[in-house]
Amino acid sequence: MIDGRDGDTSVMAGVYGPAEVKVSKEIYDRATLEVLLQPKVGPAGVREQSQEQCVRETCEAALLLSLHPRSSLTLILQVLHDDGSLLSCCLNAACMALMDAGLSMSCLFCGVTCAIGADGDIIADPTAAQEKESRALMTFAIDSTERRVMMSSTKGSFSVQELQECVAVSQKASEKVFQFYRDSVRRRYSKNL
Amino acid sequence: MFSSLKEKIGEVLLPGDEFVFESEDTIFLTDNVKPERPVCGPGLRQSGNRLVVSKSGVLRHKPPHTFWMDSQQWRYVPAKAETVIGIVTSKSGDIFKVDVGGSEQASLSYLAFEGATKRNRPNVQVGDLVFAQFTVANKDMEPELVCIDGSGRANGMGVFGGGGLLLKVSLGLVRRLLAPQSDIRSDLEQLFPCELVVGMNGRIWVRASTIQQTLIISNLLQSCDTLTAPQRREQFRKLQKGGL
Repeated sequence: MIDGRDGDTSVMAGVYGPAEVKVSKEIYDRATLEVLLQPKVGPAGVREQSQEQCVRETCEAALLLSLHPRSSLTLILQVLHDDGSLLSCCLNAACMALMDAGLSMSCLFCGVTCAIGADGDIIADPTAAQEKESRALMTFAIDSTERRVMMSSTKGSFSVQELQECVAVSQKASEKVFQFYRDSVRRRYSKNL
Repeated sequence: MFSSLKEKIGEVLLPGDEFVFESEDTIFLTDNVKPERPVCGPGLRQSGNRLVVSKSGVLRHKPPHTFWMDSQQWRYVPAKAETVIGIVTSKSGDIFKVDVGGSEQASLSYLAFEGATKRNRPNVQVGDLVFAQFTVANKDMEPELVCIDGSGRANGMGVFGGGGLLLKVSLGLVRRLLAPQSDIRSDLEQLFPCELVVGMNGRIWVRASTIQQTLIISNLLQSCDTLTAPQRREQFRKLQKGGL
């Protein structure tokens, strides 16, 4: 179980698998990845489903699914507290959970959210209040090997120039997240070295 | 040749970390030199002259060219020739279905026991524990187990399990227990006599002379996962002094 924290936003991720899969859902040459996002209150709705899709596509690109054909991998994300940048928090928690579970991955990924304020300034990892006042909100999933964008989810209106600036800001912010991953894993293995 | 890899032995690496090999520039026609290729174990993938880490863990090395990632994992993935503890879940016709903790149940033929013939069936019931090894275990096929070795002898495998306790631990701990010079095993030997069956799927079966001793050993083994070596020795020493 991994607890992902982004400021005050907190998400717990659990990975189960490779496990048995229902014949109707099995894929003959790779694993079936299922992502379930549970909000803090209420049942999961359409918004959670679209966020699940974003997380699932990113994970499928990073995982080596062909090593486990006809098996299922389940990733459950439970939102503990939402104070903005929820999707990027989910992505970070998902990546750490998958890595910790020992599933083979071709690269790591991290999520970074950027908000463009009313006066055009770019805020990385906005809080819920900053998100509400922003003109546009973008979440990018960045990969660890070449710092390229794996997934993007945007809301609002912005120019191409602003998009490119946000991508650059996200790529820079992703360095800190990857360094955090490295430090956490080092701490985890320090007991057994 | 693998200097960049050798520098990182014993360090923690993450998926996506890459190592590139430079091939020799000059080929000597007189020498019988074969280019050295690294042998990749679990957690490392090779493509051309690039070696990519695919699991987080510590990089280990066995001379001359073998490298692998030592990772902390709980979920077992069947591999050929590994001995595991399975639980029989059903009997259908000529085969038993055995749960080994992987994504699929493994099949165990009733003839794969020592001295079993079509008339002399082994005494295996649903719910029994079996210690067996994989003959077929790859990602595309259903795993198959046998309780005999190549020459037809049981060699410690088969049905077992009256009066003991089965526990689940991480795969790293069972590998440490089964290593040739195992600290944990030598510490355990000094405590009190017990019977241990260690399966590579993370399952350990313990039986000591009293139930209390069995429970103490099982608690100790489960805590070994999270203790460092000095902390573990401290625990063992406290138990020895504490007496029972």
